[in-house]
Amino acid sequence: MSHPRAPRLALRGISKRYPGVLANDGIDLDVRPGEIHAVLGENGAGKSTLMKVIYGIVKPDAGTIRWEGAPVTIANPAQARKLGIGMVFQHFSLFDTLTVAENIRLAVDTIAARALPARIRDVSERYGLALDPDRHIHTMSVGERQRVEIVRCLLQEPRLLIMDEPTSVLTPQAVLRLFDTLRALAAEGRSILYISHKLDEIRALCHRATVLRAGRVTGECDPRVETSATLARMMIGSELPHPRHRDAAAGAPALVVDALDVRAGDPFGTTLRGISFSVRAGEIVGIAGVSGNGQKELLAALSGERTLGRKDAIVLCGTPAGRLGAAARRALGLAFVPEERLGRGAVPEMSLADNALLTTRGPALVARGFIRSKGVRAYATKTIADFRVKATGPDAAARSLSGGNLQKFIVGREIGQQPRVLIAAQPTWGVDVGASAQIRQALIDLRDRGVAVLVISEELDELMEICDRLAVIAEGRLSEAKSIHATSAEEIGMLMAGSHAARGEPSADAARA
Amino acid sequence: MRAFFEARPQPSRLAVWMAPVLATGATLVIGFIVFEAFDKNPLAAFYAFFIQPVATRYGVAELLLKATPLMLIATGLAIGYRANVWNIGAEGQLTLGAMAGGGLALLAGDDSWPAFVLLPAMFACGALAGMAWAAIPAWLRTRFNANEILTSLMLVYIATLLLSWLVHGPWRDPEGYNFPQSKLFSDNALLPNLLAETRLNVGLALALAIVALAWLFVRRHIVGFEMRVAGLAPAAANYAGISARRNVWLGMLAGGACAGLAGVGEAAGPIGQLLPSMSPGYGFAAIIVAFVGRLHPLGIVLASLLMSLLYLGGESAQMNLALPSAVTGLFQGTLLFFLLAADVFVNYRVRIARSAPRPAT
Repeated sequence: MSHPRAPRLALRGISKRYPGVLANDGIDLDVRPGEIHAVLGENGAGKSTLMKVIYGIVKPDAGTIRWEGAPVTIANPAQARKLGIGMVFQHFSLFDTLTVAENIRLAVDTIAARALPARIRDVSERYGLALDPDRHIHTMSVGERQRVEIVRCLLQEPRLLIMDEPTSVLTPQAVLRLFDTLRALAAEGRSILYISHKLDEIRALCHRATVLRAGRVTGECDPRVETSATLARMMIGSELPHPRHRDAAAGAPALVVDALDVRAGDPFGTTLRGISFSVRAGEIVGIAGVSGNGQKELLAALSGERTLGRKDAIVLCGTPAGRLGAAARRALGLAFVPEERLGRGAVPEMSLADNALLTTRGPALVARGFIRSKGVRAYATKTIADFRVKATGPDAAARSLSGGNLQKFIVGREIGQQPRVLIAAQPTWGVDVGASAQIRQALIDLRDRGVAVLVISEELDELMEICDRLAVIAEGRLSEAKSIHATSAEEIGMLMAGSHAARGEPSADAARA
Repeated sequence: MRAFFEARPQPSRLAVWMAPVLATGATLVIGFIVFEAFDKNPLAAFYAFFIQPVATRYGVAELLLKATPLMLIATGLAIGYRANVWNIGAEGQLTLGAMAGGGLALLAGDDSWPAFVLLPAMFACGALAGMAWAAIPAWLRTRFNANEILTSLMLVYIATLLLSWLVHGPWRDPEGYNFPQSKLFSDNALLPNLLAETRLNVGLALALAIVALAWLFVRRHIVGFEMRVAGLAPAAANYAGISARRNVWLGMLAGGACAGLAGVGEAAGPIGQLLPSMSPGYGFAAIIVAFVGRLHPLGIVLASLLMSLLYLGGESAQMNLALPSAVTGLFQGTLLFFLLAADVFVNYRVRIARSAPRPAT
């Protein structure tokens, strides 16, 4: 399909320098009416900065923007919205203490406050993004918050819709529905800028793709005629590393969860009912599911951030651990990569060295209660080197790192503790292709060394790629974990969507039978 | 042209230490205006306020004497503040400490105990009493989630009234012409002097030792590190298994112990007996000292000297310029105000940019 019409949005020579990094270096970009245009690139390639320029959050140092043929200066997001540009962010801009409807009202002033809840329900149903307008944001998981962002944007009927990784929280079926929606929006003549690391999605959806690397445009192509491998090569400048995956030689169960019940911590949380599963040494078990189905509660119960009443609901390396706190569970050999990196997995203001000390103990780092700075710095330096974290060194503040690099550091820190059980939540969420592959490989290597690994993720492709067994969580219940060879993406997708017919009763785990 | 704030990628170390300097400068400007408004020659006023009090050896000793309780209390409070434990009731904990230490001194009576036993025992009693007073808000916070800012503050007034009752009633000096004050302590219950012909006593050495210990705890000890994490990112602390309860208890007790020690230092130092009021608000001023000192032990030592100078300057301004004593509080408040404002430069910097060209439509 060709687009003979004049571009709706035309960028010429956009440059933006941040202290120490040239985020955008003379970028040209044309987006035509009715076009779904992919912007591809690794984390740190400059995609987010470019989108912020278009949405008026960041002012470029140089370059021009033409909108519908006329040169414009987009001073702020309000002006961008007025022009007809909408954006769904990768990092959310929502107020925790307000409800969905209140948050949306802050950005959408074209709809009367009274009519808003009905319009939200309307739009969310149309696009299959279930949403209660009266819920408070702080009660929502990351995935649910993204839904709010998407609905908020669609409510404004934009002529150009910027979508930054919109599908990571959707079931495969919902992704297809969203794609239908996006195609329909494009057919109406709207333009869509689609940022994603998922090459298959881009090939299935987008008409054109602009590839960025290190702040420059390195290629333009029609993704429909490319393969994932050729796209990846353009993006990272080399072949996509494929994780090697031997068959599991699983040993004794290292993490056993038995009939775990957890009441929801807040009125909108998910109550966990009778969750039973086990992870053996030397295997990777995955838990798939759409966010908001109990992942948050399950993770808090497993990590010890929330302690349980019954001590043998969780048995860690043979020790009943239900009543133990997070530190005590770590001492038993548990390591945990949480979903949120800044503020939970790492202290934003602190250096990487201090962040290494956050969860890591041991005689080299702490002796008789006193910190051994040399040991701590050595641990951080080794983690940075082993996981190829792009940082100025152990003194760099955690918040100065890009999301993918910080995630590599956190994963590296946890793996470096030589755990017997590792739990990882959304290990590659918002992480670029290169870093994702590296993190997945690290998890597989860990498994091969005889560690029990549990991965809770919403990215089905990722789980299918690395897991030995896979279970699905829906509405606080867990399906039976099945060998990856004995299941299919379709079956898992049905379970994720809450299809009761396909879900196995929460029964004794196959591993224990 | 327009100026705007831009987030810094890393907090600026320079700004962390420049903010107090900037705030002090701005406070001086406000002082200038205030003195002008009172029709005082600002230069003479500044001289009376900031130079005259420390122009003599005695004056320097007084500066150190007043800085002692401030640095002691601020050091204790800062341990809690780093973990977001807001003990506002150091004044009350100081009062309880003075009451317990002074009570022991009165009980010991005339020279029956040697000083090397009695003084440590008084400090121990004072620290324990301060901790006990701080334990109340700690318990209310961990048990009922009651806000420790309010409970610790309210306990200040209870403590003051308790001491007032004691010196008006059971502990009143029978030969004191009915004045509300206790007997004078015996010599063995008084802190030895550090500098002849001044009031400076060994309390300063104790305070500096505590500051050094606190530095060791905050910078080198894993528990100090964990409390810092809890203050910066509570979710990360929870993730790492750092106990929020323990932090509340430690933070409150550290503040209470230091305030209690300071109370004994006042009773057994410059005052030498128990009075209805044992401090001119050191417990509250120490909150400002803790923040001006960036919650850092060395910063707290410097800030306590500055705050002490404000106290001395206020007295001097009263005597020499006939200014009201409220001028001390005014300087204290202004200083904290500007410090909080100057803190924005730690995470932001000012950028000046030419305004963007207008759209050519």
